[in-house]
Amino acid sequence: MKIGAPKEIMEGENRVAMTPASARDLQKLGYDCVIETRAGAAAGYSDADYKEAGVEIIKTGAALYKAADVVAKVRVPTETELKRLRDGQTLITFFNPAENADGLELAKSKGANVIAMEMVPRISRAQKMDALSSMANVAGYRAVMEAGNNFGRFFTGQITAAGKVPPAQVLVVGAGVAGLAAIGASTSLGAVTHAFDVRPEVAEQVESMGAEFVFLDFEEDQQDGASSGGYAAPSSPEFREAQLAKFRELAPQMDIVITTALIPGREAPKLWTEDMVKAMKPGSVIVDLAAERGGNVEGTVKDDKVVTDNDVTIIGYTDYPSRMARQSSNLYATNIRHMLTDLTPEKDGQLVHDMEDDVIRGATVTHGGEITYPPPPPKVQAIAAQKKPEVKEPTAEEKRAAEVAAFKAQTRNQVTLLGIGGALILLAGLYAPASFMQHFIVFVLAVFVGFQVIWGVAHSLHTPLMAVTNAISSIIILGALMQVGAGSWLVVVLAAVSIFMAGINIFGGFLVTRRMLAMFQKS
Amino acid sequence: MDFGFTIAAYAVAAVLFILSLGGLSGQESAKRAVWYGIAGMAVAVLATLVGPGAGFWLLSLVLIAAGGAIGVYVAQRVQMTEMPQLVAAMHSLVGLAAVFVGFNAHLEIGRVAATYAAADLPFPQPEYGALAGAAKEAAEGFRGFAAIVAKKTAVEINILRVELFLGILIGAVTFTGSVVAFGKLAGKVSSKAEKLPGGHALNAGAALVALACLVWYLSSGGLLALVIMTIAALFVGYHLIMGIGGADMPVVVSMLNSYSGWAAAAIGFSLGNDLLIVVGALVGSSGAILSYIMCKAMNRSFISVILGGFGGPAGAQMEVEGEQVAIEADGVAAALDEADSVIIVPGYGMAVAQAQNAVSELTRKLRGKGKEVRFAIHPVAGRLPGHMNVLLAEAKVPYDIVLEMDEINEDFPETDVVIVIGSNDIVNPAAQDDPNSPIAGMPVLEVWKAKQVVVSKRGQGAGYSGIENPLFFKDNTRMFYGDAKGSVDKLLGLID
Repeated sequence: MKIGAPKEIMEGENRVAMTPASARDLQKLGYDCVIETRAGAAAGYSDADYKEAGVEIIKTGAALYKAADVVAKVRVPTETELKRLRDGQTLITFFNPAENADGLELAKSKGANVIAMEMVPRISRAQKMDALSSMANVAGYRAVMEAGNNFGRFFTGQITAAGKVPPAQVLVVGAGVAGLAAIGASTSLGAVTHAFDVRPEVAEQVESMGAEFVFLDFEEDQQDGASSGGYAAPSSPEFREAQLAKFRELAPQMDIVITTALIPGREAPKLWTEDMVKAMKPGSVIVDLAAERGGNVEGTVKDDKVVTDNDVTIIGYTDYPSRMARQSSNLYATNIRHMLTDLTPEKDGQLVHDMEDDVIRGATVTHGGEITYPPPPPKVQAIAAQKKPEVKEPTAEEKRAAEVAAFKAQTRNQVTLLGIGGALILLAGLYAPASFMQHFIVFVLAVFVGFQVIWGVAHSLHTPLMAVTNAISSIIILGALMQVGAGSWLVVVLAAVSIFMAGINIFGGFLVTRRMLAMFQKS
Repeated sequence: MDFGFTIAAYAVAAVLFILSLGGLSGQESAKRAVWYGIAGMAVAVLATLVGPGAGFWLLSLVLIAAGGAIGVYVAQRVQMTEMPQLVAAMHSLVGLAAVFVGFNAHLEIGRVAATYAAADLPFPQPEYGALAGAAKEAAEGFRGFAAIVAKKTAVEINILRVELFLGILIGAVTFTGSVVAFGKLAGKVSSKAEKLPGGHALNAGAALVALACLVWYLSSGGLLALVIMTIAALFVGYHLIMGIGGADMPVVVSMLNSYSGWAAAAIGFSLGNDLLIVVGALVGSSGAILSYIMCKAMNRSFISVILGGFGGPAGAQMEVEGEQVAIEADGVAAALDEADSVIIVPGYGMAVAQAQNAVSELTRKLRGKGKEVRFAIHPVAGRLPGHMNVLLAEAKVPYDIVLEMDEINEDFPETDVVIVIGSNDIVNPAAQDDPNSPIAGMPVLEVWKAKQVVVSKRGQGAGYSGIENPLFFKDNTRMFYGDAKGSVDKLLGLID
């Protein structure tokens, strides 16, 4: 079968759904690859690069749709593009099915199978095809770059001969993939980074990236991100108030604010209100990654950069991945390639659209002349559930009380054991003859000494210990030696054999121990 | 030489043995400790040879030398990875020797009794102490052990019989148990837990037979009772250890070690030899404590290990979600190249593949590049306690970068790359997450908290205990399939 990638029609879209590298991998799956001429030009891949990778170049988009059995593209397809589909053809793309009812109808009427990349379920197994995440990653990084581009100072703090430079204060709102990528980029540039998210369980991730999590002083059963597939759900009005109050407090201190808060299927929540923008220092920069859905910031203009009266720059671009087209195309093409790997179980170039598979089912929006959106909920929940409340740190008094209790219990244990042991020994002493007791006392003491000595042995020396005790246990040779002089021949033979065997053990055991110990060395 | 000298020598030997065990508390003092042990053994053997009761001392010396030659040969030839088998095999020798010595003691009692009967004298003696008149004359002919027996009273003879009975019993269990353990560790016997139909009932039956034999033996003093008991004990040893799975072998070996000590102590009682008692008790208690420490490390009850069987899980185990993502050598090399801190978690798989030298070389190279490389050793990694430490030491990995579980478990979250080489259960997160897992509650190395985990493993199968390992399905885990040695060698070529 043939896989084709057309040139993106949308103005300003530089990405492409197939790179020379991904084409090579697709060919390994048994597919032939075709691409529209100059489709990769904006992403830095020339037709010659593709040719070298064994990809056939096709002159026009229409011809490509005719030639390919599977079409892979980036942006939501336009009507023109959808009309080019035919019965049984597969289209893999971003589709925005929730707000694209016309597109769904059109694709259905054409009989094409459409896989929407944004519908890939967020489970561990599907991460490799999660294009939303890979694009969000690019967007988060780029957002910091855009901010830096418009910010008149260093990110990192410096003390130079020409004066002291304070580090930039960055606030990232929403610690999803894009947010975390922004945190990473910002901290590695040296800025002091703060981050906020409505899901408290991401605090750990935020801190692992080197940012400080902004905690709200708010008592409520905070929501568990796992129930909504890792996305935030709308929050209560009280919570929202507490959140805005916190932002108001932070606004004057922040040099750069990057907002990434999105709620699936809704307008982006307004989190950074006009008064906060006003409260910011002149020269500050706000990057609103949610501009596509109305923006988190009051005053964001979609696809544009505005400067407010108090000299705060608000950036509302929506095409960050396209601004880094080469990187984004590589990632996106790899996502597509992984999707096709799952769709080609036999690696024979034949596409198998398995509607039983959770991932494929979830991403498919039209199939066999039916609209299959929305999908049933996935069978598995793979995002970590919220942590159980942590055990409270015991206070000093509690600790002391616990220690005293433990000490008492230990004493009780020891006294009981000693009591029982002593009683047993005394009991034996009542009945056994003195000659036995003489040996017995030696025995009891030896057991006790062994007990005391072994606790101190280092764990790494347990094997040598075993070898040494093994060698020592051949002390049984003494018994045999005492008997070998006896009168009966049978006794002599048995004793002799015992001496022989014990001899093996003595020498073997000690030698092996020495060999082992000789190896331990300090660096 | 008279008896006093022997006793004095025994005291010296006992002190040396205690120092020898105590010296194992540190790597450096351990090297001295072995010499204490050797000196103690030499003193003990020489004192016994020159002391009263020993005869044929030339024959004895020749036999010791011959046995010693074999011992030296084996000890020099054996690979460090075969150490568990060797220790098990040696235990069986001690067990068998204990059985023989026990039988000898019985035969000697019989001989003394027969001599007395022939001289028409009472045996056992009515009173302990100096022999009078005719009895003294009759006893003149006895040396060593027989001379002691000749002086015993009826109660003492009974105690003596109980002691030698116990010595033979424990010795026989140790013998067959060690042979089976050897077979399992050497891979000659299936390492799975196997039981004959009847299971514990058979063991209990054999134990009852042995108990009945004790009563019978005490009342009759006949050899047959001893022989039947020995057969029963041999069976118990075989069946008990067959019923214990390979994963529990470290505990089994140390338990058998303990048994061989108790057998020696029991024989010491019957021979009236204090040094045997002291050393037997030392070995017995140390083995018991070692087993206990290991069971604790695995969060297993000692009893359930000894009786075999893993203890059935309480409910359905968690389903494992996700897929295992493979990685090639160049990917691992790239990850290592970028990492600052690396922790290597070795397991039995490393021992099997003889990969310790390659791992050591890898460690050397990575440390040469200024990376922090450490080893995390789980208390039950491998098939012997401390097995991994010995292998790594053999490969000249410095021991101060080899850390125990408790020392290193907190460091995993700050670690860039963890390489798991041939271990499975000891890094299984199910022990913490899944209350129904058979290993639930066992302390494990929390490798999954590291930024990236590379698991070197032969194939996709489950581990030794047959439990699915969710670690392999985690997002930050990559599976590096292939024989551990081959894999690490491939890596070595890519890192320079």
